[in-house]
Amino acid sequence: MATLLEVKDLRTQFETSAGTVRAVDGVSYTVEEGETVGIVGESGCGKSVGALSVLRLIPDPPGRVVGGSIHFRGEDLLAMSDEKLHSVRGGQIAMVFQEPMTSLNPVLTIGLQLCETMEFHLKLTPEQARLRAVELLGMVGISEPERRLDQYPHHLSGGMRQRVMIALAVSCKPKLIIADEPTTALDVTIQAQILELMKNLTKRFGVALVVITHNLGVVARYADRVNVMYAGRIVESGTAADIYHRPMHPYTLGLLRSVPRMDRPRGEKLIPIDGQPPDLTREIVGCAYRPRCSFATERCAREDPALEAVGHGHRSACFEKDRLAQLLKVAS
Amino acid sequence: MSAAPLLQVKNLKMHFPVTEGVMVRKVVATVKAVDDVSFSLQPGETLGLVGESGCGKTTTGRCILQLEKPTAGEIIFEGEDLAKLDRKGLVAKRARMQVIFQDPYSSLNPRMKVGSIIGEPMKVHGILPDRKQRQERVAELLSVCGLNPKFMDRYPHEMSGGQRQRVGIARALALNPQFIVCDEAVSALDVSIQAQVINLLEDLRDKFNLSYLFIAHDLSVVRHLCHRVAVMYLGKLVELADSDELFEHPKHPYTKALLEAVPIPDPTIEKGRVHRIMQGEVPSPMNPPSGCVFHPRCPIAVDSCKREVPQSRELRPGHWVACPRV
Ligand SMILES: Nc1ncnc2c1ncn2[C@@H]1O[C@H](COP(=O)(O)OP(=O)(O)O)[C@@H](O)[C@H]1O
Ligand SMILES: Nc1ncnc2c1ncn2[C@@H]1O[C@H](COP(=O)(O)OP(=O)(O)O)[C@@H](O)[C@H]1O
Ligand SMILES: [Mg+2]
Ligand SMILES: [Mg+2]
Repeated sequence: MATLLEVKDLRTQFETSAGTVRAVDGVSYTVEEGETVGIVGESGCGKSVGALSVLRLIPDPPGRVVGGSIHFRGEDLLAMSDEKLHSVRGGQIAMVFQEPMTSLNPVLTIGLQLCETMEFHLKLTPEQARLRAVELLGMVGISEPERRLDQYPHHLSGGMRQRVMIALAVSCKPKLIIADEPTTALDVTIQAQILELMKNLTKRFGVALVVITHNLGVVARYADRVNVMYAGRIVESGTAADIYHRPMHPYTLGLLRSVPRMDRPRGEKLIPIDGQPPDLTREIVGCAYRPRCSFATERCAREDPALEAVGHGHRSACFEKDRLAQLLKVAS
Repeated sequence: MSAAPLLQVKNLKMHFPVTEGVMVRKVVATVKAVDDVSFSLQPGETLGLVGESGCGKTTTGRCILQLEKPTAGEIIFEGEDLAKLDRKGLVAKRARMQVIFQDPYSSLNPRMKVGSIIGEPMKVHGILPDRKQRQERVAELLSVCGLNPKFMDRYPHEMSGGQRQRVGIARALALNPQFIVCDEAVSALDVSIQAQVINLLEDLRDKFNLSYLFIAHDLSVVRHLCHRVAVMYLGKLVELADSDELFEHPKHPYTKALLEAVPIPDPTIEKGRVHRIMQGEVPSPMNPPSGCVFHPRCPIAVDSCKREVPQSRELRPGHWVACPRV
């Protein structure tokens, strides 16, 4: 498998009245062709800003990518001309957002939005585009696709709009889809439908998927690999099995212990993480997770742990990872 | 279940008229938001109310709290039919029933300091008229809810989502209620903070013998917190049972579909699971399907389901199901 996307030391900041927000603060990861990578972490940890940075969609001002590189199929997206980027965005890289209404144009019919995109990226004639639009809507499970083409987004339910977004995302045969909380606004049965649809389509067309979510269950069900983010950084990354069965960062462990699980005895007490995430306008000295961490030592207050290999393809940014691993071994 | 119930909801119906026209408003349809729902709640008990958005959970809660005037049915709280109380009686009873909302931000007055937000209901109900005493009580409530009493002088926007939700809980506790409707009270919180608030709700329940009507769409949270669970679909109660019974032996096809849709945070378990996906979406409540409202999405529906409205029956003691096919 070839590397499709390589993000290196990405830094994105916002200038606000409260100071500089270090929303993404040195993030590195890769996405291989055809794989599904999950990105998890609490709200405000930089998941969306990280994804928007990849597509150069950060509003400037107040935001700016201040460092790092983003290579997509060998080319640096950050150094690319606007024109070239325009052909990549929505073409080879597509995006699906939480609220489809923000990315669908409310005053244009669904058909027009689909066709316009395909005419631009795939150079189809209007007739060809319309035929393919009907085919796409059918593929994402929308009944009577011919009739739907002439409808406006507000005529559809939330689940149907998300299906249209997915049709739009796959319409130009992308290599990579970035989905930012694609099912967070949906009910659980519709969430299951949409996720299953995305999985089937990405498999069928060999598309890589980056799925951003705060739902650990969704990641467990769909991701091959997982990046756990905290305060603008990746604190742990590995295969789904690494992350869920052999967590090597106290934050990952904390997240896993705070969620009630359907497969566990019902009376089991939850173990929350104390405190709350740090204010990203302040400069963080040492490990950002330290104030909430039960493993923290004096060193954690002074030094900043780097993301280091702890196993094949498994990385953790924690000085106390060996102690954590030991403890989990004893516990199991 | 021999003790007298704290709350009884009997054949509750809440039908909203749908009107058209600006000058002359014409009723063109009705939304049967809640349609013949019955259940009861014991002191100290937590009943979960689950179902997809629009199925009538919030409306049920609002009817109980007398924030809506039900179309039909009775709400009996501490032995008294709330509809039959006079104004004074109702005000007194209302103090014993409180609510915690999903969005702590929109439910707290942004121009009021936390101290006034929590102290206000006490002032209104004439509890602790002395300002100093009231302040002491606010401080106590804040610390019960895991907040530093200094937060009294803060505004809601100066706090995090989790902290605001704690303020909402402290406010709900101010009048020593017996019963709290938690309407998606933890749904908007991140998992680590959500766990803090869930534990707080559990501790308070034990400490004050509170009863909760816990409305939520996250079934893992509901299973964790609730003694019994009621499942709603398009205004109807389709299943009601003890938590263990409901989650281990769900009977109604809708309950089964809901449970199968919940992903478990364990990749190994997920790999071994069969993911049967329920097709279709919830139909419009303005034009609900005939017979059993679930029949168009039901995998085991037969012809008669299109005609006959299923009656709830007790399969086992305490386990009620509205489906003749199970
Ligand atoms: N337009 C903006 N102006 C200022 N700060 C922003 C802006 N967008 C995002 N941020 C900040 O960047 C941080 C990361 O945000 P985001 O990536 O949206 O988090 P999430 O992980 O929830 O997707 C947050 O602290 C957020 O407040
Ligand atoms: N005041 C109202 N007027 C008209 N329809 C309403 C009103 N309140 C709720 N509804 C409708 O009643 C149904 C149930 O709503 P609600 O109780 O909020 O559902 P839930 O809380 O389960 O999501 C929905 O179809 C909703 O649109
Ligand atoms: Mg986000
Ligand atoms: Mg509701």
